[in-house]
Amino acid sequence: MNSIIKYLKGISQGLNTLWSGMKVTGYYFFNARKEIITVQYPDNKDTLKIPERFRGRVIMVHDQNNEHACNGCTMCEMACPNGSIKVITDKVLDPNTGKSVRIIDQHVYYFSMCTLCNLCVQACPSDALAMDGSYENAVFNREELTFVLNLPGSKIRDNVKD
Amino acid sequence: MQAELISKEGTQEYFVNMGPQHPSTHGVLRLLLTLDGEIIRKVEPHIGYVHRSIEKMAEFDTYKQIVHLTDRLDYLSAHMNNEAVALLVENALQIEVSDRVKVIRTIMNELTRLGSHQLWWGVIGMDMGAITTFLYAFRDRELINDIMEETTGARLTMNYNTPGGLMFDLHHNFQKQVKDYLKFFKTKLPEYDQLLSGNVIFTERTKGVGKLSLADAISYGVTGPSGRASGFSCDVRKTQPYSAYDRVKFNEILMVEGDSFARYQSRVNEMWESISIIEQLIDNIPEGPIMAPMKAVVKLPKGEFYQRVETARGEFGVYVVSDGNKTPYRVKFRSPGFSNLSVLDHISRGHKIADLVAIMSTLDLVIPDIDR
Ligand code: SF4
Ligand code: SF4
Repeated sequence: MNSIIKYLKGISQGLNTLWSGMKVTGYYFFNARKEIITVQYPDNKDTLKIPERFRGRVIMVHDQNNEHACNGCTMCEMACPNGSIKVITDKVLDPNTGKSVRIIDQHVYYFSMCTLCNLCVQACPSDALAMDGSYENAVFNREELTFVLNLPGSKIRDNVKD
Repeated sequence: MQAELISKEGTQEYFVNMGPQHPSTHGVLRLLLTLDGEIIRKVEPHIGYVHRSIEKMAEFDTYKQIVHLTDRLDYLSAHMNNEAVALLVENALQIEVSDRVKVIRTIMNELTRLGSHQLWWGVIGMDMGAITTFLYAFRDRELINDIMEETTGARLTMNYNTPGGLMFDLHHNFQKQVKDYLKFFKTKLPEYDQLLSGNVIFTERTKGVGKLSLADAISYGVTGPSGRASGFSCDVRKTQPYSAYDRVKFNEILMVEGDSFARYQSRVNEMWESISIIEQLIDNIPEGPIMAPMKAVVKLPKGEFYQRVETARGEFGVYVVSDGNKTPYRVKFRSPGFSNLSVLDHISRGHKIADLVAIMSTLDLVIPDIDR
């Protein structure tokens, strides 16, 4: 007798908790329109707002004259924990003063080894680096992940501190 | 050999490999189960599949660089892990960070804890066969990620704390966003109870399963909500307050049962405490610098240093031996997941295989934290 009561009690308890759970899911079933929770990924690409601080990939900031602020001090290379940056510098003769100055030849960035930790951006004394908000970074070939950050033909902006 | 395996009742023990063990899964753990029928006789965790030798890597990194490695331990408590390294350096060099930094760190910690517990709540439902909880938990956690993303620039591996302060100041939206979120989440948290806590199937599968006694919790070093469910008062936020935890009021959730359901309950209750901590701080974030003056090259004095913090899974400790250079001589992370996993064999003996799923979920293991 006892076991039958226990059995029936179990059933009613089960139905009870089922009901309380279904109330929650039922609410969302009938109110789905008001509260859209999931979106199909590429569909919202136009309206998608990426926060300005989002760390997608390291870039070098260039202005409209194709000039950047990097003087080749290699601070970013030293700050990087993963060796993702290699700054190749060059020495040229300054025509005005006749002294030789250091400029960057290539600022090589291995995206494949980057952990997006932001340390290089912070370390740069002339704010030449920044993070951009790109997020579709998958490629088919590993070589495509190596970038030269200074754009072709670019040169250093005037009066950048050394 | 054959004769040894056959027990007195004439049944034979056999082995089964259990656990997600595929290179593409996020947490790779192999449990070698010794079974007698459906009864677990022994559980032997095999770990090391996601070992990245983070402790060794840390020996070659400067103190600023080590911080970003700790993101990759317990990725759901990234912020707390970062803070452990930052606090260690600050204490070793006796740098006093501003009140603003302390309060922001505390708020961020509790947001991370909320997010971590939400994810755990979703996953435990899924482990028990309820897909709904997973979707609901991710709905709520997504908004925390958005808040984090706006201020720290990343959703998971935040690297927001640095020795001496913070990487960025708060986003100007932060306070409003967090307040809106708490208002929203306070209406959603009762749903968690309605969906799962009272569910008969769920309680049947967790109540009395995987009982961990207080003495065992202490001797195995089970900390965090799992330890507190057995009555082990081990909250570092209470015992050794750091950041702004000494100026907020909150309860340490202690239970006595020590079974899977108690572990479940202690986490759900902890979410309420996290909400209350954030509410106490969010309106009065003091002004101040976000970075204390630091030397460009951080060098710790010779000696040994230890710093502990409370992550979402328990006590996380960083132990550093320094020989006075800019990189540490030796680093050891005391990860909560490792100690919590060690008790798995002890508490699951004699239970059925299905119970092991409940025990594992309620211990809330994060495998990269265990393997390091
Ligand atoms: S973000 Fe970090 S890992 Fe990436 S290049 Fe900069 S310093 Fe190196
Ligand atoms: S990017 Fe900045 S830190 Fe790196 S070499 Fe150029 S100026 Fe120096």
